[in-house]
Amino acid sequence: MKRMMLSATAIAAVFAAAIPAAAQDVAITNARLVIGDGSAPVEGGTVVIRDGRVVAAGTNVAVPAGLRTVDAQGKWVSPGIVAGFSRLGIVEISGVSETNDTSADDSPFHAALDVAPAVNPLASAIALNRAEGVTRAVVAPGTGESIFAGQGAVIDLGADMDAVTAPRAFQYMEYGEAGARTAGGSRPAALAMLRNALMEARDYARDPAAFADRGRDAFLTRLDAAALAPVVQGRVPLLVHVERGSDILTVLDLTSEFPDLDLVLVGATEGWTVAPRIAAAGVPVIAAALNDLPASFEQLAATQSNLGRMRAAGVKIAIGLFNDEAHQVRWVKQYAGNLVGLSRVPGETGLDWGAAFAAISSGPAEALGMGGEIGSLRPGRRGDVVIWDGDPLEVGTAATMVFVDGVEQPLETRQQRLRDRYLTPPDGRLPNAYRH
Amino acid sequence: MLGAAVALAGCAAAGAGGTSSASASSDADARGESYSRDPYPSTYRPYAGVPTLVTNVTILDGEGGRIENGAVLFRDGRIVEVGSDLAARAGVTVIDGAGSYLTPGIIDVHSHLGDYPSPSVAAVSDGNEATAPTTPEVWAEHSVWPQDPGFSRALANGGVTTLQILPGSANLMGGRSVTVKNVYARTVQGMRFPGAPYGLKMACGENPKRVYGSRNRMPSTRMGNLAVNRQTWAEAQAYDRKWDKYEAEGGDPPARDIGMDTLRGVLDGEILIQNHCYRADEMAVVLDMAREFGYRVTAFHHAVEAYKIADLLRESDTCAAVWADWWGFKLEAYDETDANLAILDDQGACALIHSDDANGIQRLNQEVAKARAAGIRAGMDISEEHAWRWLGINPARVLGIADQTGSIRAGKMADLVLWNGNPFSVYTRPQMVWVDGALLYDMNNPELRPVSDFELGQPGQGM
Repeated sequence: MKRMMLSATAIAAVFAAAIPAAAQDVAITNARLVIGDGSAPVEGGTVVIRDGRVVAAGTNVAVPAGLRTVDAQGKWVSPGIVAGFSRLGIVEISGVSETNDTSADDSPFHAALDVAPAVNPLASAIALNRAEGVTRAVVAPGTGESIFAGQGAVIDLGADMDAVTAPRAFQYMEYGEAGARTAGGSRPAALAMLRNALMEARDYARDPAAFADRGRDAFLTRLDAAALAPVVQGRVPLLVHVERGSDILTVLDLTSEFPDLDLVLVGATEGWTVAPRIAAAGVPVIAAALNDLPASFEQLAATQSNLGRMRAAGVKIAIGLFNDEAHQVRWVKQYAGNLVGLSRVPGETGLDWGAAFAAISSGPAEALGMGGEIGSLRPGRRGDVVIWDGDPLEVGTAATMVFVDGVEQPLETRQQRLRDRYLTPPDGRLPNAYRH
Repeated sequence: MLGAAVALAGCAAAGAGGTSSASASSDADARGESYSRDPYPSTYRPYAGVPTLVTNVTILDGEGGRIENGAVLFRDGRIVEVGSDLAARAGVTVIDGAGSYLTPGIIDVHSHLGDYPSPSVAAVSDGNEATAPTTPEVWAEHSVWPQDPGFSRALANGGVTTLQILPGSANLMGGRSVTVKNVYARTVQGMRFPGAPYGLKMACGENPKRVYGSRNRMPSTRMGNLAVNRQTWAEAQAYDRKWDKYEAEGGDPPARDIGMDTLRGVLDGEILIQNHCYRADEMAVVLDMAREFGYRVTAFHHAVEAYKIADLLRESDTCAAVWADWWGFKLEAYDETDANLAILDDQGACALIHSDDANGIQRLNQEVAKARAAGIRAGMDISEEHAWRWLGINPARVLGIADQTGSIRAGKMADLVLWNGNPFSVYTRPQMVWVDGALLYDMNNPELRPVSDFELGQPGQGM
């Protein structure tokens, strides 16, 4: 097998790129352009970014004089991928508990927990996923001993120390089997815990000073009530992990008692069984793309056609759950591609290419109410752009340039350094520790 | 039906290479009567197929060969002819595969389908006998639930025709594996790959030391892992000597020890070591241990750091079964590179893909596509046909069945996948899957899609 060695200048360029550049105005021309709004790619596209925002994207877009211009040479250019559900930046190694800030089984606080300060922009998973074209991620905490996990954030994957785009962007909770377990053992217990918490939060919102904190004996501490007040008022979305069709209907029914709730369903493996009712409720779904196994009794109706069928019924969809939310959000591209492949199987319902890409760009952004900020190349959005060496949904495609807020990003990773150290057998003159 | 099964059972026992009681008893009086090496024999019989000629396809033969506009003829469960221009003949069904690829059926050397089935509830979680650090006496097949819905997904989405089902990694010696054909059957014996050798699942590293360390018993460290292993192998050597002597000279039969039977099978080369191990340094220690006790490690599984010791693996003729890109879920999985498989291959070690996952097994072709792309990005020139070895002949070699399956070659089992496009593309799916020449999945025929008993009549029903 022959090998093309990386030249010394190529390696030097990698190191130079490791220093984040300042905000740039840039135009990317001659692109096979993906807007990210569900439309099909167009040839000969141009994206113009100024002051970190998209000012124009499409064909027949003029490049202002004097702007830095990158010729994409006909390659694919798209908005950065938005990971619809992750633990990115709050875990270094899942099995090393000291490095894992996902959940806190022993804390008396639940809804109040806020992941934003825990996000480490230097976590190696951030660099890895950035290099694969992921520019934003929804970061959710996990539940401890309550149905409420806490307040999630939307982050960027830029190589700087300011990762959080939107702190306290949503509240995350478990219903269904997991919610039942933490609430004491049954779905009715989970529902009682949820309703009680929302009622208390409503009381808190009416008059915070009058809210009596009953300490550890309380069903809701003061901080938890404060976190849930904007949820019950509909100012902060409530993301509910729920899988079973009947559980989805129970969650949708909550709005009859708490009409202001801004619900988002997460998981929804059996969503297709009640898709018209989800669509009628106008509730978006961040779903696991390829769940086709009855992994639990609340997922007996699992099928890869779930997302396609929900979309066909008018549900607003996004892709979000993975096997490893802490490290592998890059897999969403492969998941979306598989849903395109599924559309070629008789009897199955997949997604067309534009809808599949939107499910990992504008879909998650809109589910979080942030479609005006991120997830597409429509004018006014943040300048998160990726140039790819092929179809971004295809396995094997690499990102060749990544911009976050208009800033070109380094694409080097720890994994790549390990690769290069062992790419050729050690020569024995010095230990491998000297190859760097 | 029963008679046929018994007849086959005898063949399978002989095929497994063991000394069957029938043949031992007919030998000289001085010899002791040994135990059966195959008391739960395969009753699998190929399902009915029709003589079939697939023409006009791109063939990736699984051994590194490629034929454009190729053709394959198979009948009676076996591949008869492979070429570029085979003439149609009477009584043969012709499938025009224009635009398609034909590959050997996918083999997954690391699966827990059946012993950790769906649904994932305690009632059927039977993969780890986590009650002692070594349990070579347990056999995965005695846990396998043949109705696991995962088998059908692996077939229809993944083109998987053969898989090895292993016990879990809680124990240093987790028990025997079983290799099965990916067919639904009422019994596990009805799935067993005829003549496939058993494996012994071993595990090093974090899992056994965590499971037993948390119970304040040995092993709680990596040195404890090795100590328990070495002590057990030393006992196995003694057991092996006793039985060797008895089988040669007769006298009082030694007491049977079901776990030691397995270890003796390893020392005798009949049972293959399938060793869960992540770290390079630890794999090197295990190779030393194998030399110390006179056995061979057939393959390390999950070998995230294998790329660091490609030379050691090559020299010991040990394969590394890896994921394309898993990492970070524990410290021993931290030093990953997506180029792991490609580096191993480039440096002459035997490398292959595996899943260890009920979802991953449905997309092993895509995992190989990712591993190949990572190698190409590292500057290697890896053809599609070469990369298919990572899914074809190499996994077959790890399971000891490379003479039967794992490549498209005349005389081999007709385990085949017709893909509706290039199988290195995310958009491609299996169109037809044959196991021993029987068409068991056809994308265009809803009736050719298995639905397990568990799923029958459930919402979704196996979709």
